[in-house]
Amino acid sequence: MITRFLWQGMDRNLRLFVLLVLAVGIALPVLNQLMPPGSPFHVPAWLLQLIGKYLSFALLALAVDLVWGFCGILSLGHGAFFALGGYCMGMYLMRQIGSRGVYGNPILPDFMVFLNYKELPWFWYGFDNFGFAMLMAILVPSVLAFALGWFAFRSRVTGVYLSIITQAMTFALMLAFFRNDMGLGGNNGMTDFKEILGFSVQADSTRAVLCFASAFMLALGLVVSAAIVGSRFGKALTAVRDAESRMRFLGYRVEGYKLFVFVFSAAMAGVAGALYVPQVGIINPSEFSPANSIEAVLWVAVGGRGTLIGPVIGAFIVNFGKTWLTGALPEVWLFALGALFIVVTLLLPKGVVGLWGQLKARSQAKKARAPA
Amino acid sequence: MRSTSALLYLSGVTVSFDGFKALNNLSLLIEPGEMRAIIGPNGAGKTTMMDVVTGKTRPDSGEVVFDGRADLTKLDEANIATLGIGRKFQKPTVFENHTVRDNLLLALAGLRKWHRLLLAQPTKSEGDRLAQILSIIRMEEQQHMLGARLSHGQKQWLEIGMLLAQDPKLLLVDEPVAGMTDVETETTAQVLREINKTHSVVVVEHDMSFVRALGVKVTVLHEGSMLAEGTLDQVSADQRVVEVYLGR
Repeated sequence: MITRFLWQGMDRNLRLFVLLVLAVGIALPVLNQLMPPGSPFHVPAWLLQLIGKYLSFALLALAVDLVWGFCGILSLGHGAFFALGGYCMGMYLMRQIGSRGVYGNPILPDFMVFLNYKELPWFWYGFDNFGFAMLMAILVPSVLAFALGWFAFRSRVTGVYLSIITQAMTFALMLAFFRNDMGLGGNNGMTDFKEILGFSVQADSTRAVLCFASAFMLALGLVVSAAIVGSRFGKALTAVRDAESRMRFLGYRVEGYKLFVFVFSAAMAGVAGALYVPQVGIINPSEFSPANSIEAVLWVAVGGRGTLIGPVIGAFIVNFGKTWLTGALPEVWLFALGALFIVVTLLLPKGVVGLWGQLKARSQAKKARAPA
Repeated sequence: MRSTSALLYLSGVTVSFDGFKALNNLSLLIEPGEMRAIIGPNGAGKTTMMDVVTGKTRPDSGEVVFDGRADLTKLDEANIATLGIGRKFQKPTVFENHTVRDNLLLALAGLRKWHRLLLAQPTKSEGDRLAQILSIIRMEEQQHMLGARLSHGQKQWLEIGMLLAQDPKLLLVDEPVAGMTDVETETTAQVLREINKTHSVVVVEHDMSFVRALGVKVTVLHEGSMLAEGTLDQVSADQRVVEVYLGR
């Protein structure tokens, strides 16, 4: 039953795309590990890290698209779920430092010693266990999404009002996490990680595994999302997006549909955040900044809203552009981002994936005309 | 709450928006199996009455009882729809990004809970029912066409099909022939009479020739209250009705 559920949403394009994601996730780490550093086929560690980071962004983009593209909920706060997942991973990594910190305290992370903490705050318990930390990386964003969604959807808050609430949520969390007495590292956040599951976070082999893990989770996210979207639930979901009140008059309790997809999407964003943190080696409150959430929405818009492949492609295109431009012409990046937003809105309402469809339709039309 | 044999029972229903009384002490009885036409000038409260019955608007006071037991003033849209009240809007609203078949599937009575729909597989009885409805509305050939690509008339038909799929006890139909040709109007009257054999129907309409073609009991609303009730000829002869509505 589960396999049938997972297969029902997979069309040919998506199957190929999932295989491509997995192939990248396997080939890059293997080429890094097996090829000698001098070989032209050797993949340098920085590239592994970069692709791994993009893959986790792609998972975040997929999460945004699931609520925005398929259910019409424009969340401008998904960066908060991503950051919460990241913080859960960060707390695990902090506990792994142990007595190797600057102050050498075996229990308390450095920032707590610095702030005169006498003992570990209660909410840090359990985070020395990887399984528990990963469970929290899924649960914490889910519970927050559930609480927010429960009230918002029941009160029928929709459209721009909901967007503003989600934006306010991430902003409030940013302010809260900036405070030192939150016990989560304040404005410095968490960094100087040493080990994950006993392996050095700096080692090439660890980066290789993390890159693969990101690709694997993205592939899994794509398969499960496709199953949800392809099910009868998915049909109801897009119907809610297109004509919510009509669905109510047909007897559907719309809140349940929205809440499920919102919570699932938040969990996916949490996983993405947990994958992101060990690869970049730091998590701090700026990850909650409203601009991050808006950027994630932009990835989806560029790639193609309401498609599953689109957000992944969009996340790669925009982030590649960002990496390149912030290196080559740092002062231009924000203008480029703004320009991109305008171009996509005006010329590519269906994103890059939609453009491909348009070109295909045009060439078919030309072919059909040719014999006459 | 009064017990009543009527399918739909409205008593003393008042709805006001910012002091304007859209419904003013309205009372109305629909018997099981009945078809009723409701007419009245613009602003008479016809649409507000439908909003109250379907749970979109809560009345300030008054009783709304369905099927002798359900107090509709306490329920929301989804509950009321599940109880068996279907509504057709004036402007046809079908799901544009779904095929004709999927539109009907979503409307089909039965599964509504999100967790049941995640794993739901098409069943044979559903397939049979869909095939039956597709043949009634004569859209077998268009069943894989997207809702957005249908013509205005086809959308109207699809929406009627969706109501059949929903299989409500009571059907509320808001201006079904707005923008239709005379021939289409006549066909729609036939279809409604056909539907009325198995369902109770309330039709709100402006078009007098259509109401005449239906040949049913007529209720005239005016300023949120009932002005007159009877056959079309009876109400047409009523001097007050002529003044507020027909005489204009």
